[in-house]
Amino acid sequence: MAAVTGDEQKADLREPPSWRRTKNRIATALMVLAFVLVIIPLGFVLFTVVAKGISIINWSFLTSPIPSIVAPANEGGIGPAVVGTLEITGLATVITVPLGILGAIYLNEYGGKNPLARAIGFFSDVMTGVPSIVMGLFIFSIWVLHFGFSGLAGAFALGCLMLPIVIRSTYEMLRLVPNALREGSYALGATKARVTVTVVLPAAIGGIVSGALLAVARALGETAPLLFTILGGLTTLNANVFSGANTALPLLIFTNATQPYPGAQDRGWGAALTLIVLAFILMIASRLVTARFSRYSR
Amino acid sequence: MEQPEQDFAAKTELPAPAALQTRRSDAPVADTPGATIFDTRDVAIFYGSFQAVTDVSLSIYENEITAFIGSSGSGKTTVLRAFNRMNDLVPGARVEGEMYYRGASLYGKDVSPIAVRRRIGMVFQKPNPFPKSIYDNVAYGPRINGERNKHKLNEIVERSLRQAALWDEVKNRLNTSGLSLSGGQAQRLCIARTIAVEPDVVLMDEPASALDPIATTAIEDLMQELKTQFTIVIVTHNMQQATRVSDRTAFFSVLVNPESDTRTGVLVEYGRTEQIFQDPQDSRTQAYVTGRMG
Repeated sequence: MAAVTGDEQKADLREPPSWRRTKNRIATALMVLAFVLVIIPLGFVLFTVVAKGISIINWSFLTSPIPSIVAPANEGGIGPAVVGTLEITGLATVITVPLGILGAIYLNEYGGKNPLARAIGFFSDVMTGVPSIVMGLFIFSIWVLHFGFSGLAGAFALGCLMLPIVIRSTYEMLRLVPNALREGSYALGATKARVTVTVVLPAAIGGIVSGALLAVARALGETAPLLFTILGGLTTLNANVFSGANTALPLLIFTNATQPYPGAQDRGWGAALTLIVLAFILMIASRLVTARFSRYSR
Repeated sequence: MEQPEQDFAAKTELPAPAALQTRRSDAPVADTPGATIFDTRDVAIFYGSFQAVTDVSLSIYENEITAFIGSSGSGKTTVLRAFNRMNDLVPGARVEGEMYYRGASLYGKDVSPIAVRRRIGMVFQKPNPFPKSIYDNVAYGPRINGERNKHKLNEIVERSLRQAALWDEVKNRLNTSGLSLSGGQAQRLCIARTIAVEPDVVLMDEPASALDPIATTAIEDLMQELKTQFTIVIVTHNMQQATRVSDRTAFFSVLVNPESDTRTGVLVEYGRTEQIFQDPQDSRTQAYVTGRMG
């Protein structure tokens, strides 16, 4: 390093005070403000639900049958709704996620610019904007009117909501896979199916799982599509997801929270907290699974 | 498309590689090429209605390194990718004229591009290791070709990595990601991956253009080793590289159509590397190799 001689002036490397610096500071402050504004309602929601719901939650609350609406908080629980939510959302996921991923693979890897692929992509995007209650009505008219209420009908309605989300998010993830990877695989004599299964999907798996999870989380909290398909109002467990009315946490929250009885309201808060915790557990589980799948992608 | 299986043991008994022969211009070089690997006649390649290359007629010989040189847009890479039908992946790409690989038409009716690429591998300009472990990267090709035997896969992986001069650097971390390697290592991994399926030909599209001089030297040395077993075709922008590694050189140039303002690549001259660089027959070749153009 060259020594700085006495009469030589040192270079001034500080940012000169200027409008540019001011703009930079304003933008940074605005971003912090926006972050805080976003965090406040989120924090409040979480805080309120935890504060009001935590006291009622115990194992018996999570597993007991649903009591009469006028019953005090220490009687009964939300067992049938927990089971119903898990069954119906699980069934919807099993139906939708593979279908959505396959659809997205078709759109991105096989369809290209052909009219069918374009049409599917377009209508899938349109479906994203359809209100969830319309999905419920749709399944009500084509399924429930013929076969009656069932968890399966609820799963169909939730599936209609989830499908476009899974397709769109998977499609975007597949598009991000560099073509160089596909070419590398083709150059070794791989068929298109092989390239897709062994290179494209593993490279995109993290994003695909995240997208699918977003869809599941959305479905977990949906009430409207279930009103017309599983009926709700059940007090005992209906383990058969394929026939008969069923119930789910969002429906239970809806019916309990609108009642004047303190016991019902407490059960509503407890159910809300249970729903949030379910989504949280799902989130963590999928992160663990994804981390295992994509451990070589960095 | 049925071809007899390659006998690599027999191939290695060929006379000393041409690279060991002297390269001085005053020493006449005996031109005794091996078997013809590729034979192209009046090949023209189109992307939709755009003609990318025209008039490519050349023969590429066994266990030689053939270099394609020329300025950008002269169609070197396009022609290279036509040899293993990688251009099939580009929508609208079309090849006219005749292209033969060991006597079989590459674009014949019943030819499977999969079978073609199984024999004619490719190394790309930018190293493109898969987001898998180093081991799985090399084992990928054998696996998709049905090799399941763990013991055999281990053997193939070690042999390929040794051939690609990467074994010593990665033998203790075969389970780490292929993406964790440096650029030069990643490119050697890609070479190992390519030769793991024991192809007949290795096409290289500017394999060292993204690498530093040391890594480039490593790749060039590697090519000299590999050509005893494989036939190599390399596209390069670097003329010194062409003179250092290749036995034959094809010079491509650009034809500009002033009416439609389109640029079409054309094969100008093809011959032994010494001849192309020291005694070019075409004025365009001379201008290019002496650095006055391109």
